[in-house]
Formats: sequence, structure tokens, C-alpha cells
Amino acid sequence: MSGEVWFSLRLSLQVAFLATWFIVIIGVAVGYLLARKNFPGRDLVDILFTLPLVLPPTVTGYYLIILFGRNGWLGKTLYAWTGWSLMFTWYAAVLASFVVALPLMVRTTRAAIESIDPNLILASYTLGRSELETLWKVVLPLARRGIIAGTVLSFARAMGEFGATLMLAGNIPGKTNTLPLTIYTLAGSGDWPKAQGVVLLLTAVSGVFLYLANRTSRKIW
Amino acid sequence: MGKRKEPTDLPERREVSFTLLKGFFIFILFTLVLTFPVRAQEITVSAAISLKEAFAEIGKSFEAGQKGTRVQFNLGASGDLVRQILAGAPVDVFASAGLKEMDELEQKGFTAPGTRMNFAGNTVVLAVPTASTLRLEGFSDLTRKEVKKIAIGNPQTVPAGRYAEQVLRGLQLWEPLKDKLVFAENVRQVLDYVARGEVDAGLVYATDALTRARDLKKVLPAPEGSHSPVVYPIAAVKGTKNEGLARAFIAWVISSEGKNILERYGFKTLAEKK
Repeated sequence: MSGEVWFSLRLSLQVAFLATWFIVIIGVAVGYLLARKNFPGRDLVDILFTLPLVLPPTVTGYYLIILFGRNGWLGKTLYAWTGWSLMFTWYAAVLASFVVALPLMVRTTRAAIESIDPNLILASYTLGRSELETLWKVVLPLARRGIIAGTVLSFARAMGEFGATLMLAGNIPGKTNTLPLTIYTLAGSGDWPKAQGVVLLLTAVSGVFLYLANRTSRKIW
Repeated sequence: MGKRKEPTDLPERREVSFTLLKGFFIFILFTLVLTFPVRAQEITVSAAISLKEAFAEIGKSFEAGQKGTRVQFNLGASGDLVRQILAGAPVDVFASAGLKEMDELEQKGFTAPGTRMNFAGNTVVLAVPTASTLRLEGFSDLTRKEVKKIAIGNPQTVPAGRYAEQVLRGLQLWEPLKDKLVFAENVRQVLDYVARGEVDAGLVYATDALTRARDLKKVLPAPEGSHSPVVYPIAAVKGTKNEGLARAFIAWVISSEGKNILERYGFKTLAEKK
């Protein structure tokens, strides 16, 4: 394997880890809100956080460009203030992976929290625990399997993100070419033997991660 | 009663299966009708995406001259189009923005002998978006610190990217600009990045710049001789079932009608046999 391929692998892992980190924080919070709270616009939030799951990543990418492009709603202000644009940087790849993989986390966490016996939560309140304490000591531990499953799924999805990443981060060698993009370039330029190598590498890495995730979750819990 | 019911049971079931069978036949019939080629003649032309508007018009005038014929365009980076043809895509004519791509196809035996011609020429320009606040007056300004991102086609698959690399290398700018380059999948994507203001500048063909002139503040031609001449070759793909029609289309492209259209879209025309 050449240096460029190792770069792509490292970048893919870096992007997926960072995206998953944010996904766990935001995903658990949103999953909890959707499972336990009733607030105006709840259905809208639900739809908003599920859409990236059913929309083609290119559509998600399009929306993200409208928002974060150099002339996008948010991107414009950011560029005016800092002279920096998210587009064509590896942070854009993180954002793309984050948005595309987030629904997996939200949905699995929500389902896990909804399946907890509500009496346990009520008992915790009756015993004088605050909501935050109850969340930390009762809800999350009981929902841990779902949360772990969501984390693993999101990580795998983030590793494999292609469409939105290509639109937002481009395919810049040595900068934003994650493994899926490298495979695309290699296949596009007819370098099948090398593409095959990278395909096997990505398959192996994803397989190892799933195996480790399964084992860890079995061991700890 | 029980005795009378039993015998009627069987025919009823049979009737149901007949209805099913009938439905099935109607379904098959519809599928056949729908998939049957309505038009007797259709050719697929894989063309470099820079030819988009010019070829759309040439295709229309060709269809008008040949009743019942339809021309289907498959546009993309010439390198990608070659990959598709080598992988067995059902393409009848290939028009490339670079000689290298056509050479590869010819060497691998995928062009119909005697059909290859050069039919158009182009030049490379540096395009600057209307939204840009930078005052770029020449290629050497690209090294300035305020210039953050420059788009070019991926030199591996996009001929325009290859010419762009030649230009930048010729001007001793490739190394200093390396970290600012953004590679696009085809030349129109470069143009789009520039027109939307996502990058500070980009290298495209002069003809591309004409299609979105409103979005471009400046279009600076690359210095004479800084890149090998941009020549567009065309050829029929070997093994096509429509070779007659493919040849007719090529003849139409190099006819005075075709030349007029190409020139109207800013291409230089030439028609030499190769």
C-alpha cells in the first residue's frame, strides 16, 4: 500500500471518529428529547433528524452547500468574519459524515429509551433524584445497548460517507480524499488492481471495527 | 348441500387461476410493448462535457435532417467516458476533449477504423467569479496570500485539468500553488465552483466561460503556447450496431452546418483527417 492510501485511511478514521464523537453527544440528547418530552414542533424535529437517512446523500450535500458554502446562509457570514470557508476542507467531510450518520444514533437511542419501563424513571423521581441525575444513573445505563449499537452504526456510516462528502469537501488528494473517494478516483481512472486493494482494506477495517464493537459491548455488559 | 358445494369448489379455483394467468399475460404484453424500441434508430454519443450546448444543438439539427432518428448524449469528463466505453458501455460515437483519451481508445482497438477526425479546438482561460473582491490581473497574482482556493479538473481524468497543469507548470506556478488546488470531476464542475464563488479562481475552457459569463468577473486567457493545443477528436466506437448512423453523425459535426454551430459557441473549427 502506498503513502496516499495510508493517508486516506488515516483521514477516514479521523473524520469518522470526530463525526461519531459529535453524533454521540447530539444524538443522545435529541433521542432523549424525542423519547421523553412533548414540545411544540416535536414532529418537525423528528422529521428533520430522520430525513438525512432517507434522502440521497447528494441532496443532503446540496442543502449543506446552501447553508455552509462560501456564499451560503451561514458560510457567508463565517467567510466575512474569518476569511475562512468550510468548503473543500476535511472539516467539511466531518460535517457531511455527521449529518448523514446522525439519524442512526437518534433513532436507536430513542427506541432504546422508549423501551425502558417508565416506572423505573418515575421511581427515581419519587426517590428525589433530579431529572439530570435520573438521566445519568437510570436512563442512560438502561439504554446503553441501544446507544452502543447506534454509535457503532453511526461510525460505520461515517466511515463510508461518499455523496455529501464529495459535494462539500471535494476530492482533493492529500487533503480530503477519504477511502471511499480514493476508491472512486482509482476506479474512475481505470486503476482496478489498486482500487481492489483499497476496497479490501476498507472492508477489513469496517469488519474489524464491527467485531471489536460486538466484543466490547458483550464484555462490558 | 355439502355435496353440491364441493364440486363447485374446483372450477371456482380454476377460474381464479385463469384470471391470474390472464392478468399475467396482459402484464407481459404491456412490458413488451413498453420496452419495445418505438424509434427505429437511436445513437448514443459520449461527448466531453465542454461540448454540451454545442452538441445539443448539433444533435437537434441532425435529428431534423434524419427523420425518426434520436441522438442521446452522455456527457462527462473524457477520461471517465473512455473508462465507460472500455467497460463495454453501449456507445456509438465518442467525442473527446483530449487526444490522449482518444489515443487510448484507439490503441485498445475500440474505435472504428477510418472514422477518427479532429473537429474542433479550444483555449484555456483563468476565470474569476463576479463575487470575488480580489483584483486578479494575471496568473502570477494567484500566488498572493488572499487567494485561498483554485479549482482545476482532476488531471487524471479531465483533459482540461491536464491542460491546466501544463499551464501552471509552464509558468512555474504548480509547486507554489499546489496547496490551493481543488480538483473537480469535470471541467463544468470547475466552472460551477468558480461561478458560485466557492473558489477564488479556476481554469476552464474559453467556451465554458462563455456559458456563464454573467457569473464571471474576469476571464484571462492562458499565455500563448503554455499548454499543448486543445484539440477535440471524434470517432465511431468499434462494434456499434449503428455504424452507418454514427458515421453520418460525425459527418454532420464536420459539415459546414456543424462548424457554424461550433463556432457560434466559441470553438475553433478544423476538419482534418487523421
